[in-house]
Amino acid sequence: MSHPERANPYVSHQFETATQQREASILGMWIFLATEIMFFGGLFLAYTIYYNMYTDAFKEASQHLDVMLGGINTGVLITSSLTMAMAVWAAQTSRQKLLVLFLSLTLVLAFVFLGVKAVEYMHKFHDGLVPGALFTYDSPRRDQVQLFFFIYFVMTGLHGVHILIGIGVIAAILVMAIKGKFHAQYNNPVDVTGLYWHFVDVIWIFLFPLLYLIGRYLPGAH
Amino acid sequence: MSTNVQPHNGGGNPLYTANPDVVDMSNYLRAGHTLRSWLLTVDHKRIGLLYLISITFMFFLGGIFAGLIRLELMTPEGDLVSSSTYNKLFTMHGIVMVFFFLIPSIPAVLGNFLVPLMIGARDMAFPRLNLMSWYVYIIGAIFTMYAIVAGGVDTTWRFYTPYSTSFANTHVMMTALGIFIMGFSSILTGLNFVVTIHRMRAPGMTWFRMPLFLWAMYATSIIQILGTPVVGIAILLVGVERILGVGVFNPDLGGDPILFQHLFWFYSHPAVYIMILPGMGVVSEVITCFSRKQIFGYPFIAVSSLLIAFVGFFVWGHHMFVTGQSPYAGLIFSALSFLVAIPSAIKVFNWTATLYRGSVTFSTPMLYVFGFIGLFTIGGLTGLMLATLGIDMHVHDTYFVVAHFHYVMVGGMLLAYMAALHFWWPKMTGRMYPEGWGRLSALMVFMGFHLTFFPQFILGYLGMPRHYHTYPDEAGYQILHVLSTAGATVLGAGFLLPAIYFAWSFFYGKPAGDNPWLAKGLEWETTSPPPVFNFEKTPIVTEPAYNYSVHGDEVSEGSHVVAP
Ligand SMILES: [Cu+2]
Repeated sequence: MSHPERANPYVSHQFETATQQREASILGMWIFLATEIMFFGGLFLAYTIYYNMYTDAFKEASQHLDVMLGGINTGVLITSSLTMAMAVWAAQTSRQKLLVLFLSLTLVLAFVFLGVKAVEYMHKFHDGLVPGALFTYDSPRRDQVQLFFFIYFVMTGLHGVHILIGIGVIAAILVMAIKGKFHAQYNNPVDVTGLYWHFVDVIWIFLFPLLYLIGRYLPGAH
Repeated sequence: MSTNVQPHNGGGNPLYTANPDVVDMSNYLRAGHTLRSWLLTVDHKRIGLLYLISITFMFFLGGIFAGLIRLELMTPEGDLVSSSTYNKLFTMHGIVMVFFFLIPSIPAVLGNFLVPLMIGARDMAFPRLNLMSWYVYIIGAIFTMYAIVAGGVDTTWRFYTPYSTSFANTHVMMTALGIFIMGFSSILTGLNFVVTIHRMRAPGMTWFRMPLFLWAMYATSIIQILGTPVVGIAILLVGVERILGVGVFNPDLGGDPILFQHLFWFYSHPAVYIMILPGMGVVSEVITCFSRKQIFGYPFIAVSSLLIAFVGFFVWGHHMFVTGQSPYAGLIFSALSFLVAIPSAIKVFNWTATLYRGSVTFSTPMLYVFGFIGLFTIGGLTGLMLATLGIDMHVHDTYFVVAHFHYVMVGGMLLAYMAALHFWWPKMTGRMYPEGWGRLSALMVFMGFHLTFFPQFILGYLGMPRHYHTYPDEAGYQILHVLSTAGATVLGAGFLLPAIYFAWSFFYGKPAGDNPWLAKGLEWETTSPPPVFNFEKTPIVTEPAYNYSVHGDEVSEGSHVVAP
């Protein structure tokens, strides 16, 4: 059997070198993100089709979203992407304390995002804008507005699930960082988590204008 | 490499050494003897075997449903099952066979076993992810099995809306959840293969030295990665729509049921290539070995796999010619569907050209491969007929379509899977299967298959619709249905046979030696069964794939030099 020479203790048994291991994990994450793009792509397609079918209803429905809270969340998420990028840098340059700090900050911002989202969801719930039995919106375009909120909840909900997963992963990375597992020689997990977190951020960058802003800034609103 | 018999392979239970406490790292089957050592293994070869056991179970489950369907159709009256039970039978047959057998079959079993071996790697790029994929598959299967046991589901495997969202009162949610979960297993397996093929190749294993099986696996993985999430989201939306009672796909509430079909077929047509491409890879391997010749047109076969995967993403609308999709869309989808036949035909021509002047041996894997080429060609050509708008109008939703896709799925993929199992069985277990029984099974499957499905072409042409459990007495369908059922019996027996002799051979088969076929490829250079980390030393590849130009004993030598 094979006894790979372990010059580098951070290289798993299946890899020959640290570079190979690093390239494999980064390629793996990029491929996973391609899957994610197709996953959200189905929803973006549904959105595009129904937006074109029911443009007025979608603009009307969009007025009921809170641009303020949505805008704050956009800022929160972009900032968290910055702190994540800083964390990756800190890991690559063996800055142990900064790494822990930036990961913690990212984690805090992720929770802030979810908190704001929860407030928004609660408002929708009170206003009877949750699709299904609780939907009380009264308008000739009721069904179409409901369609908008259906897509809104599925898309932001799915995005929220991704944030939750991100929180889990970042927390795990944070624990490892506190134990001093990452440094210039080994930081693949931080790097790969960073890629994922930026992706989650980018999805939101698309969701925010499509859901919150269409009724306000496109010609023909109201 | 020598082809002599490994002494530790002789006799007794292959899973156990004389002393069960000894972990024998030179044989993956004996590296750990506990159930735990199997269920927590990260060895790609063991994971391949876990999949083999799981999907064999699902295959026979799906087969039972098929048998009941065929029994019911023997008579014009609905005398065996009620119409609602019948709806559940063909739905569950489709779901189990497509999602839990065909899609994982060659990739998950043989791909897992072979990809690292063929490129000269110690394991997949992500061994733990690989094990997780199997567990995800099992969890998905459990949900679906629960739905089946609890009373079944009757939406057809396509879950067409709004029936599946607003009307069906069977276990749609459980089944959909099972398929949704299983999809992740497929995605993660594909991801693992792509990264492994990109990053784990042994020194000298350039892209155009890779066995064609790997090109096929690579193309398949791309489809799994890009297609599966789309059907995932479609199924998710069906689920949420059922829970909330909102109509994304319900026209009464402003939804568009055709959107579901687009999302569904965007995956499910390419999924046909998830099922057939690996089979094509197997054919390329087997046909060169048993012709003792380098394959004809290697680069064409390699690139045609990628082309099939690529063009395959743009033909899904041919499933929707009669849905009211715009005639211009129909025209384009029809033309593109014709286009995808080109790379498939390139492969068939190259395979037959490989046979030309080869010294052909008719071993079991080769017989299955011959079956594949014949049946796949019929399946492919009738596919062209169906891609023609006019013919499709006439025969859509008839047995013609049923016969067509069974020729591709069963005649193509399943036969390739059988060929692959026979071809690599000696490598996987270190033992031979009984050759005589093997040839008999290949013959029975081939005959039984034709008898089952050829009459269905005629049935469909005569107008027998699919999904019906009764038909008019005077239509003249019965004789064809009886022939079909008789064929299915032969086919069933033809599949049962290998299940029995493989199980027997695993424990009592004749030791096979390292390279019983004198085949080329890195997987044949290591011992059978391979050691845990596959190779004594990382191989260095110095020659193209399928270098069969030298004959006899020399064949098994010199395909690489071992690193000093
Ligand atoms: Cu198709």
